[in-house]
Parts: sequence; C-alpha cells; structure tokens
Amino acid sequence: GPVESKTEAAMSELVPESRQKPVVPMKPLGMNANLLGYIGIDTIIEQMRKKTMKTGFDFNIMVVGQSGLGKSTLVNTLFKSQVSRKSSGWNREEKIPKTVEIKAIGHVIEEGGVKMKLTVIDTPGFGDQINNENCWEPIEKYINEQYEKFLKEEVNIARKKRIPDTRVHCCLYFISPTGHSLRPLDLEFMKHLSKVVNIIPVIAKADTMTLEEKTEFKQRVRKELEVNGIEFYPQKEFDEDLEDKTENDKIRQESMPFAVVGSDKEYQVNGKRVLGRKTPWGIIEVENLTHCEFALLRDFVIRTHLQDLKEVTHNIHYETYRAKRLNDNGGLPPMTVETEENHESNL
Amino acid sequence: GEGCRTVPLSGHVGFDSLPDQLVNKSVNHGFCFNILCVGETGLGKSTLMDTLFNTKFEGDPASHSQPGVQLKSNTYDLQESNVNLKLTIVSTVGFGDQINKEDSYKPIVEFIDAQFEAYLQEELKIKRVLHNYHDTRIHACLYFIAPTGHSLKSLDLVTMKKLDSKVNIIPIIAKSDAISKSELTKFKIKITSELVSNGVQIYQFPTDDESVAEINGTMNAHLPFAVIGSTEELKIGNKMMKARQYPWGTVQVENEAHCDFVKLREMLIRVNMEDLREQTHTRHYELYRRCKLEEMGFKDTDPDSKPFSLQETYEAKRNEFLGELQKKEEAMRQMFVQRVKEKEAELKEAEKELHEKFDRLKKLHQDEKKKLEDKKKSLDDEVNAFKQRKTAAELLQSQAQQAGGSQTLKRDKERKK
Repeated sequence: GPVESKTEAAMSELVPESRQKPVVPMKPLGMNANLLGYIGIDTIIEQMRKKTMKTGFDFNIMVVGQSGLGKSTLVNTLFKSQVSRKSSGWNREEKIPKTVEIKAIGHVIEEGGVKMKLTVIDTPGFGDQINNENCWEPIEKYINEQYEKFLKEEVNIARKKRIPDTRVHCCLYFISPTGHSLRPLDLEFMKHLSKVVNIIPVIAKADTMTLEEKTEFKQRVRKELEVNGIEFYPQKEFDEDLEDKTENDKIRQESMPFAVVGSDKEYQVNGKRVLGRKTPWGIIEVENLTHCEFALLRDFVIRTHLQDLKEVTHNIHYETYRAKRLNDNGGLPPMTVETEENHESNL
Repeated sequence: GEGCRTVPLSGHVGFDSLPDQLVNKSVNHGFCFNILCVGETGLGKSTLMDTLFNTKFEGDPASHSQPGVQLKSNTYDLQESNVNLKLTIVSTVGFGDQINKEDSYKPIVEFIDAQFEAYLQEELKIKRVLHNYHDTRIHACLYFIAPTGHSLKSLDLVTMKKLDSKVNIIPIIAKSDAISKSELTKFKIKITSELVSNGVQIYQFPTDDESVAEINGTMNAHLPFAVIGSTEELKIGNKMMKARQYPWGTVQVENEAHCDFVKLREMLIRVNMEDLREQTHTRHYELYRRCKLEEMGFKDTDPDSKPFSLQETYEAKRNEFLGELQKKEEAMRQMFVQRVKEKEAELKEAEKELHEKFDRLKKLHQDEKKKLEDKKKSLDDEVNAFKQRKTAAELLQSQAQQAGGSQTLKRDKERKK
C-alpha cells in the first residue's frame, strides 16, 4: 500500500544503494593514429567480463578479536548466510583453546551469476588468555604460510592454469567498544600485521555507545593508529590516482573504523522485515545507517573494494613477501607448508 | 569449489558487482594487444592492418631486396569509448624474398621467443612489477598465404610448423580478389587438408562458452579467411564504403559475399581478443617457460629449496652466459689487438726502411757536396796562387821599370843577345 512504499522509499534513503564506481572516461592520450570508424576494441570489456564470470572468484577474509565480540555474527550478516560457525555453537565439552587456533572454512556462494568461493578464517583464542604475549604470531605465521604456498606453486616448472589462492585478502580486526582507547594488544597486533595483510579495524557491538561516544571514540582510535604508525586498509601509499585518493581519504579520515552491529535475526519494523537486534528500548536495525555503520562496511568491503583488496594483497603484500624470501636466500626459517588436514593445530 | 558446500543467501549481498570491479580496474590500467603479420612482401600486410583498425599506420612499402628476414615493430595508442589499447603491430620484412629460404623462419621464432624471455626475466626478478609490465608477447599471428589458388608453399608449411607451438596462428588468404569463388573453395579445402596432414596446429576459436560457441564454431569452418584490404572509400549506392575498383566491378571489403574481412575482424577483435591474450599467457608462454627452465636443468622434484634455487640458479646461469659472452668479447678484443700490433710492426718496418733510404741518400748527397767543395777549394787555391804569381810578376815588372829603364833595356838587350 502507499504507507509501505513510503517507508520503502525512506528505507532506501537510509541505506543508499552504493554507486558502483562508474567506468571512467580515460584522460585523452596523444594519439598518433586517427580513428575513422568503429573497430570494436571496446568489446574487450564484455569479453573480459564473460571470462571472469566463468572462472569465478576467491575471497579469503580473516576475523580477529577477543571472543564475544560478535565476529561470526558479523561475517554471517555481511554475507547473508551461515558461513561462520559461532563459538556458542561449539561443543560445550571443548576447552577454551590454549593458544590461538586458525580455522579456515570455505563455502561457495552465488549471486547474479557470479560464483564466489568464500573462505572465512577464524582465530579463536586470540586475546583470551591471561598472558597474551605474542598471540599474533600464529596469525602472522598462517598468513605467511599462504604466501609461501602460493610462491611454491608459482615457481613450479609445470604450473597450474589457476593457482589456488588461499592468501588472506582482508583481516577484520575487532576493537572492543570500551569507549576509551585502543588496548596495548590491539596496537601490537595491528602494528605487526598491517605490514603483511590488509587490516580493516571495526568497532564491534557498537550498540553500546551513543552517537557522541561513537564519534569521539572513532577520533581517538584514528589518532592512536596514526601516532603508532599503523597503516590500515586502504593504505595511503597505494592510492592509484587522484580520484582514489579523494574517495579513500574520506573513508580513512571520517568513516573508519566502522562502528558495527551484527545480527542474523529478522524483525518487523514499519511493515518491513529487517535484520536487527531486539532490546527492551528498541530494535537496532543493522542496515540502518543512523543506527550503525554496518552498511558502510558491507559496501566498502564487498561492493566497491573487494577486487582492490585482492589486488593489493597480490601486487603488494605477496610481492613483499616474495622479494624478502628471495633476497634473504632462506633467511626466513624454511616453512613446512601445512596441508588442509592439519590446519587446526593440536591442543 | 573442491569439497566446499554451496550455501544459499538470504538477501542481496552485492558481490555480483565483482566482474565490474575487475573490469573497471582493467580499464583504468589499459589493455595491450600485439599482432604479428607474417607473409611475403607485397601481400598487403600493412594495408590489411590499416583496414582492420580504420587508420593509416606509418611506414613505407618494403622493397624486395632485403638480405635477410627482419621484423619491424610499431606501437600505437588507440582509444575507443573508454578503452585505451596499446596496439603493437609487428611485420616481417623481406620474408620469402631470398633465394635460399631455409633460415627464413628463424628471425620470426627468435623474435617471439625474445618477448617470452623478456617476460620470464621480469617474472624471475626479485623486485618485479608485473602488473605494470608492458606485455610485448605476440597474441595473434596472422599468416598471409599467397593467392595462388593451388596449395601452400613449402615455406608456408615449414614456417607455420615452427610457429604453431609458440603463437596463435590465424591463416589468411591475402589479396583474395585474385581468386574466383569456386577456386577459393577448393583452395581453402586444400590448405586445410595440408595443414592437418602436416600436423600444423592453428588457433581454434573457443567453443566452450555457450554465448560464443555457435559463432566461433561456424567461423572455425571458414578458415583460412580470404581477405582483401583497402583504405580507399568509394561511393556505392548512397554510402561510402571501403572498396577496390576494377573495370569489371567493385570489390567491397565489408561485404561478406565478397570476402571474409568482416569475419576476420569479428573473430580477431570483437569476439576473441581476450581469449587470444589468455591463450598466449596460459599456454604458449607457459610452454616456453617450462622448456626454458628444463633446459637450464630445473626439475619439480625438490620443492623445499625451489624458490631460491630457481632464482639463484637462473641468476647463475645468466651470469655464466654473460661471462661466456664477456670471454668471447675479450678474445675478440685480444685478436684485434694482436692484429693491430702486427700491422703496426709492419708499418714500423716500412718506416725504418724509408728512413734508411733517406739517410743513404742524404749521405750520398753530402759526399757529393763535399767533393764539390773540395774541388772548389782547390780551384780557389789555384786561382789565388795564380793571382799571387800575377801580382808578384806585375810588381817585379813595375820595379824593373822604375829601377832603370836601362837595366831593363840592358837586360832586354842582353836577353836579345
């Protein structure tokens, strides 16, 4: 009815459909060949698109943060499916892991003819011990192991047509919504890992902060990251052109870190079914931008920068690893590459 | 995926924009396409390129008197809508002009290999920039067959056989307006059967993607394409068309009943350009790389130390090769120095002889001079002596005259007695 359509319109205002960055008209080059008629070289775009649809895509996302910060829920909300197993779903008899475990689970999801193999890498046990010294090491080790795996495939004489990509493209780091400042563990982790992987810091369970608290907290966090020389994704030095820089500056200086709320439950709000969290004082709508920044995070990671996350991983982080490996001539301790079976370390 | 469950989505996530994200990045980056034209002089290679890309590329028509086969390469920046294409056209020069054509294919193979080698070297560098590398590998080789109407020349067979594992070959019949329709059909059949019986692998337009399987399948059956090139536009009806005018009629380049130009353009550019690039990278380049590395003694059996052993050994082999080159260079230089020394010695010898001769002559001259001077001196002495005697005699005479003329007279008288 008319009421519904009005709220629908209102809803769409609150969650603007992210404008796909338009295929930009190129800056005119000095042409030394005058074109007189249509050749058809612009069809390469369509040809390329068809091929990529056929091959499909890989995406590997890691979530890091203390237990209870809603990591699994957030990932499931991001991808609108059960791609991550919540810790509350664990067998009660399982002990709390003594060290950080790395659990990688893959699923295939499909949308609009696009097939994606999504791997969610969970890191249970991070920050949960009494003594958390060096708890980032197993994570860094895992990330480097994936680079090593790729490198080994790359240097084969007879290479696979498509090298399986298990490298971590994106690491969501969950910050506890204390409202004060970053904790030493947060800083240590991000300092170490921002050099080897794309880190996207998020403020978890942001429904515990008011708007003012949120804004102030975000400002403090940004300041602290800057002071500690932590470059989170999108890194300034990899902005490709002025347009990138302008867009990314806005994200870096205003939006990030995204203050998010996750949920896999649906509620009826104004005649519409929305993802939300029900509290005695109201329903927090996950995809409502006035409630939290989940939609910004989703658009950022999935709808506009997903391919870029992969390219920065491949062209920068992987190359850095490779160069270091070849230069040091074995300076890094030779790694035994873990097979799929023994991914989950023994307790 | 392998062993991965497919899970349903409960709403719109948005990763269906991924192909667009990828394509946008490629567009911003620009594309590369490299075509190699192999064919005898005069088969219309440059004209066909001009016609395909609707432009006039630079260059003068080649002569027939080339001493060997060379390759000429030119790169152009083309733009259509928002697509920037770096197009490189490489053409053989002097192909088929030599009397002895045994080695004609070699410069072509070497050129193709050199592009693979350049890419391989970049790939093996420690600090590399592959995503910004200007790819010069040949994506498509248009092989121009002379419109004899009979069969392939042995040069064609030999050359295509040498190239078929290195590049995507698309054979075309050039200047096909020289052949009648019926002869053309027979010609195509003959060419195809000769290629098959000689095991020449030409590029097959891919039929695995349903959207293009049909058109590609049909086109595969039309190979080799019979083409005509022309950049001249003539008014036919009320339209301007690319055509060639003959007294008996006008051949329209873009008329599919007249020739296969449109088919070639469709296949080469509008349907399979991306596949040609992909095949070059995943098949031809990989084969080159594998062979090269195996040649250098690498095997896949030692996985643990491979990353740097590959790097190290490749560097070592390369240094070895450069060392060899240097040694050869040094040897050549030594030989050159030696020859120079010998020549120098020869010249010095000659110089010495000349000097000696000169000295001898000089001495002779001096001796002569001395003799002459001595003679002169003795003559002078004689003259002086004579003068003295004359003076003395004159003096005596005058004394005698003065002392007494009588004396003189007396003397004279006495004398007279």
